[in-house]
Amino acid sequence: MDLQTTYLGLKLKHPIVASSSPISRSLDGIKRMEDAGAAAITLFSLFEEQIRFENESFDFLSEAGTESFAESLSYFPAVADYRVGPDSYLELIRKASAACQVPIIASLNGTTNAGWTEYARLMAEAGAKAIELNVYYIPADLETTGRDVEQRYVDVIQAVRAAVSVPVAVKLNPFFSAFGDMAKRCVGAGADGLVLFNRFYQPDFDLEELEVVPDLELSSAGEIRLPLLWIAVLHGRLKCSLAATRGVETGKEVIKYVMAGADAVMTTSALLRNGVGHLQTLLNQTREWMERHNYDSIAQMKGSMSQLKVADPSAFERANYIKVLQSYKSPYAT
Amino acid sequence: MGEAQVVTIDGNEAAAYVAYRVNEVCAIYPITPSSTMAELADQWASEGKKNIWGTIPEVVEMQSEAGAAGTVHGSLQGGALTTTFTASQGLMLMIPNMFKIAGELTPCVIHVAARSLATQGLSIFGDHQDVMAVLPTGFAQLASSSVQEAHDMALIAQTATLESRIPFIHFFDGFRTSHEVNKISLISEDQMRAMIDVDLVIAHRRRALNPDNPFIRGTAQNPDTYFQSRETVNIFYERVPGIVENAMAKFAGLVGRRYQLFDYFGAPDAERIVIVMGSAADTTRETVDYLNARGEKIGLVQVHLFRPFSASHLLAAIPSTTKAIAVLDRTKEPGGTGEPLYTDVVTAFFESFAAGKLPTATMPKIIGGRYGLSSKEFNPAMVKGVFDEIAKETPKNHFTIGINDDVAHTSIAYDRSFSTEPESVHRALFYGLGADGTVGANKNTIKIIGEEGDLHAQGYFVYDSKKSGSQTVSHVRFGPQPIRSAYLIQAANFIGCHQFNFVEKTNVLALALPGATFLLNSPYGPDEVWNKLPRLIQEEMVSKKLKFYVIDALKVARETGMGTRTNTIMQTCFFAISGVLSREEAIDRIKKSIRKTYGKKGEEIVRKNFEAVDVTLAHLHEAKVPEAVTSSQEMRAVVPAKAPEFVQNVTAMMMAGRGDELPVSALPVDGTYPSGTTRWEKRNISPFVPAWEPEICIQCGNCSFVCPHGVIRSKLYHQDRLEAAPATFKHAPIDARGFPETRYTLQIYVEDCTGCGLCVEVCPAKSKEESGKKAINMGWKDPILESAKADVDFFETLPVNDRSRVDFSTVRGVQFLEPLFEFSGACAGCGETPYVKAVSQLFGDRLVVANATGCSSIYGGNLPTTPWSVNSEGRGPAWSNSLFEDNAEFGLGMRLAADRHMTVAKQILVRLAGQIGETLVDELINAPQRTESQIRQQRARVAALKEGLTGIKSEDAKTLMSVADHLVRRSVWIIGGDGWAYDIGSSGVDHVMASGRDVNILVLDTEVYSNTGGQASKSTPLAAVAKFANAGKQIGKKDIALQAISYGNIYVARIALGANPQQALLALREAEAYSGPSLILSYSHCIAHGINMQKGLDQQTRAVQSGHWPLIRFNPEVRQSGENPFVLDSPRPTMKLKEYVENELRYRMLYRTNPKAADQLMSMAQAMVDRKWKLYEEMASMS
Repeated sequence: MDLQTTYLGLKLKHPIVASSSPISRSLDGIKRMEDAGAAAITLFSLFEEQIRFENESFDFLSEAGTESFAESLSYFPAVADYRVGPDSYLELIRKASAACQVPIIASLNGTTNAGWTEYARLMAEAGAKAIELNVYYIPADLETTGRDVEQRYVDVIQAVRAAVSVPVAVKLNPFFSAFGDMAKRCVGAGADGLVLFNRFYQPDFDLEELEVVPDLELSSAGEIRLPLLWIAVLHGRLKCSLAATRGVETGKEVIKYVMAGADAVMTTSALLRNGVGHLQTLLNQTREWMERHNYDSIAQMKGSMSQLKVADPSAFERANYIKVLQSYKSPYAT
Repeated sequence: MGEAQVVTIDGNEAAAYVAYRVNEVCAIYPITPSSTMAELADQWASEGKKNIWGTIPEVVEMQSEAGAAGTVHGSLQGGALTTTFTASQGLMLMIPNMFKIAGELTPCVIHVAARSLATQGLSIFGDHQDVMAVLPTGFAQLASSSVQEAHDMALIAQTATLESRIPFIHFFDGFRTSHEVNKISLISEDQMRAMIDVDLVIAHRRRALNPDNPFIRGTAQNPDTYFQSRETVNIFYERVPGIVENAMAKFAGLVGRRYQLFDYFGAPDAERIVIVMGSAADTTRETVDYLNARGEKIGLVQVHLFRPFSASHLLAAIPSTTKAIAVLDRTKEPGGTGEPLYTDVVTAFFESFAAGKLPTATMPKIIGGRYGLSSKEFNPAMVKGVFDEIAKETPKNHFTIGINDDVAHTSIAYDRSFSTEPESVHRALFYGLGADGTVGANKNTIKIIGEEGDLHAQGYFVYDSKKSGSQTVSHVRFGPQPIRSAYLIQAANFIGCHQFNFVEKTNVLALALPGATFLLNSPYGPDEVWNKLPRLIQEEMVSKKLKFYVIDALKVARETGMGTRTNTIMQTCFFAISGVLSREEAIDRIKKSIRKTYGKKGEEIVRKNFEAVDVTLAHLHEAKVPEAVTSSQEMRAVVPAKAPEFVQNVTAMMMAGRGDELPVSALPVDGTYPSGTTRWEKRNISPFVPAWEPEICIQCGNCSFVCPHGVIRSKLYHQDRLEAAPATFKHAPIDARGFPETRYTLQIYVEDCTGCGLCVEVCPAKSKEESGKKAINMGWKDPILESAKADVDFFETLPVNDRSRVDFSTVRGVQFLEPLFEFSGACAGCGETPYVKAVSQLFGDRLVVANATGCSSIYGGNLPTTPWSVNSEGRGPAWSNSLFEDNAEFGLGMRLAADRHMTVAKQILVRLAGQIGETLVDELINAPQRTESQIRQQRARVAALKEGLTGIKSEDAKTLMSVADHLVRRSVWIIGGDGWAYDIGSSGVDHVMASGRDVNILVLDTEVYSNTGGQASKSTPLAAVAKFANAGKQIGKKDIALQAISYGNIYVARIALGANPQQALLALREAEAYSGPSLILSYSHCIAHGINMQKGLDQQTRAVQSGHWPLIRFNPEVRQSGENPFVLDSPRPTMKLKEYVENELRYRMLYRTNPKAADQLMSMAQAMVDRKWKLYEEMASMS
């Protein structure tokens, strides 16, 4: 059986890719994912804002209280050489690229144009086979228009595209009025692939402390629907790779995503829940299903349920909503 | 010879640069002002820098200078070239070993940043008292006068010690030289190698202990031979001057700089000369040159080799025309015939006279004088004063210069207006805050100017005595010639005032030259600033015709993301208008320097600084100085008129920076100063202060309990009192039953607040309408300042709550106790002071404190003021600081005295029972004194006793009256940091605990030497980075709680006020109530942890939750009731160590420098926490 697929121009032995997660923070974690069967590994996201924050806090804290009191003109030893900015991340890319057979994809979350392009360039130089842009932006400013937000994405993609020669994917959130158009604009701006969809930081309230608390829940299989819909809609209509990420619990979700048209299917939550070995389980389940249903290859299956291929394309559009409602009533019920 | 590398460094670095390269072992211990030498040696070793023989010296931190000296001695006996760096009391602790090292003829150099000794008061500043106190040890002494000399003499001393076998002290003036930044030429390593004879190094090694060639050294000797043995060394001492002379000649040949044992400068036919050593020599030389150029015939003998004192070399340096000599000593020997240099000179002349070999026609007049103790200024005006004095027919001998001694009349007069500052030197004065980065920027400016191009540069920095809101004055000179002016700028071409409010209280223009440039950081633009200036400042500007520039640096800083650090902005302004460099060149060099300084910290930080530079010039404006003064605004009064007389006359002068003007008669003779003086300062250092919301407040007292500065006070009072309250005075009904018609007020002393925000962090009460709003919130001070002052004034009219009615057992109750430790100058958000304050609240009116030297002795007792205060009855903590190393013993002594006096009192009471009354005597002797009400009852009895004693005329009655106060049980607290308790004072702490006496030892554990700038102690945890532990601490923190518990009869507690204030309170009270020794280890978050100080209490909680700081109490008294005396008060760890340490730079730093080592050390640290927790759980579960 041929499970091979091509994602961002990279030949993968199968479509199951470990997406950005804390497991990839160490070389050991990356190796374990490869050993468990990941076809490619997207590293955890490098947050430019975090780096800037850390640099600024390092600068502030190492200077705090200095040159103020005659006995203690400083509080820390002067260190001649230390790591700053993305040094550790780049080191990880270098080590992981050397240690793994599978492609290593770097993930970047920038805040400034300089940050996006500079870090992307450094990642590519360090050996990343591709770069995933983890664009994350909540337009909480009520003056910001939808077009402003879209333009921001386009600008970032164009800038990074111009800065690096490796493939560039962009991980999007679904909250655009016309997602299809947005996807098209992303590809027009130079994206080689779209990753659908970003999980969003949505804060919670702590009722005892009356505080807003950061919280990120792991996804579950029930959340597959939205990416499934858009991958199915976009497949074959844009010149780019498509990756699905959200709700991949079992081989079933892998199959569904591939049928919708995904070139790669990414998983994080299931690995965090079940351990890295779950990659192998997903692969086995996928293979078993294909065997049971006499599929020869992923290529054969890919996009078979996309909007272009299904018998009733309107099933993905508004009518679908009506159908869902109707389906609660059996056509045979009286 | 080649082109020498030119650098701008300070004297400490200049000396250490050589010392490190010509030694194999450095045994170190921090002490101001020498710490930097040790820090650099340790840093270089950790960076793998090699000495001139290609090996990395062993650098080992010891537990004290005594330990360092012992290690030096041992290493020398092992044949390694060994050095150490120290000052002041540190050198005192080395004395025993110094006698041994010298007695055994062991080559070695100790580098000393010479400093005052602790006498009537401690001083960290420079003079020669320490090196003069070790003259009998047999160490040779070589003195340096400047940064360049500190570099050169370090090598000459090393060369000479190896050849002579006599150990050397190489000293230079603490701060004036150790901390002065100057441009110097470095000695190359080749030159160093050429100066050190390898055969002598090998000879030293051969003399070492060696089992292959065994012998013994260090015998015990008897009357038959000790004396003769002692005389064997004489010929070695006789050779030293010649050896040093040769070394200096060799040095001159190799390096080009020429020195003599006694350098003579001045007229060859001088009639009056001054003999001096140290930095004063450079100032004297400048003055001599100046005056000789104007027709005088005077000279200077600069002493380099002080001991062994070569009379022949001295006399050879004296011009034959000399008629009068003044010998200046920077030390004092009370009761002596004169200070050491003076007596040596007199002896030399007398002996040459007796031998008929005088270098002069007749015996010159020779007088001795003292100058410059504790870095007291010594400037050309004073030098001229000395020359003027010896021109007199009968000059004053044993004089002092630079002070006004109106008591013993030792001081001589001088013309303060005299100045020798050359026109060619550009002199700039900068007034700033520690926090605004002014000093750092100036050091940077000196590098920019000094290290590129031909200009020479010098910087010296003056700091005030506070750790928060401290003010700095930078004295910076630039000129075409080497700058030797070892004194503060007396007349400046440029004045930079980096904080607008300084002009409202200080005449920052007093030293401005006519036509000088004045740069003011001002929130007011060029058109409105004039009208905001006080009259005095306007007068200075008009009369001196100053050029005036303003910039709103804070605005530029905020706009460019620099926050409150205005350093780069003000530096750019200086370059733009001072004319020291062309504007373009200056900007170019600033940017280069920014790239160099901040490059490693990230592009964003570089970019922000670049932007600040670029934006600055657009915001810099010249402002017109009108022809006439228009302001009627006077400078702010230093202290209010209601302050006590001593505060008005003495303290206020020090506070205003005019302490130099105080005459001898103004000062206490024995170092005794009044308590409670911080309350007069009203420093107003924070623009943000807390505001109280009575409607939200639950009156828990947490904010008051944690406030490090004692600015949050609570009172409850009858509502009728409010009739006279200002309209803005806040109050609420008391939140407790049984108090009808009672109101509660939480008053914030906003003028004393440092804005640390701990109160807001700890406040548990939140608004139901806005979750971000608490019962106490930070806000701008300016809008409420005046009303808040009126509120405080009214609050102080409310009666103090009766201590006998306060619930001491709860934080809620303790808020009503007066803090008798208030408004200290500790860092904003200090983690130590809340504990100290709590002790003062609980036991303050009968408290005696022995305070180890360190942060707590500095914020507790650094003049001009003290936070140790008095209560409404006039009682309060009696506080003293002896030394660093002896504090436990010092406190034990206080206990013994108190116990003795109580015993004496009781004995006399028994004898006088018939006259005093049996019942009163019985109660005075036997009544319990554990609770506050019992204490108050005893106070009433003592009052009755004193009343009764007035009618009894006998020796016994008189004696009893003198000790009657001791019948109220005194609470003796021995307080200090971990450097003291874990290291230098460890054996004393151990011994005092073993004494069984009723003392309370409170360790303010910051896990690092905070006061000297963050060196590792044995309390520093595994994996934390500190100075002397650059690669992360490799050994775990010592558990002195377990050590103390092992005695079985010591009350032991580990507390963290931020994690569990109630447990901390309980432990403090239990410790005090326990009639034996107590040890309390208190977690004290610290600026040296590299944390957001506002989150200090959170870090305390994390320290506990992670198991790093388990809360425990071990109360031997509980054993009597059959229970386990060991109680584990904190729950099992709920987070990993990493979650606690990730907020602290001391740990994060290692992840940046060596992530792999950081991971390894962190996993070891976690394992250690796990093991320790298991042990504690086992101990707690024992029945």
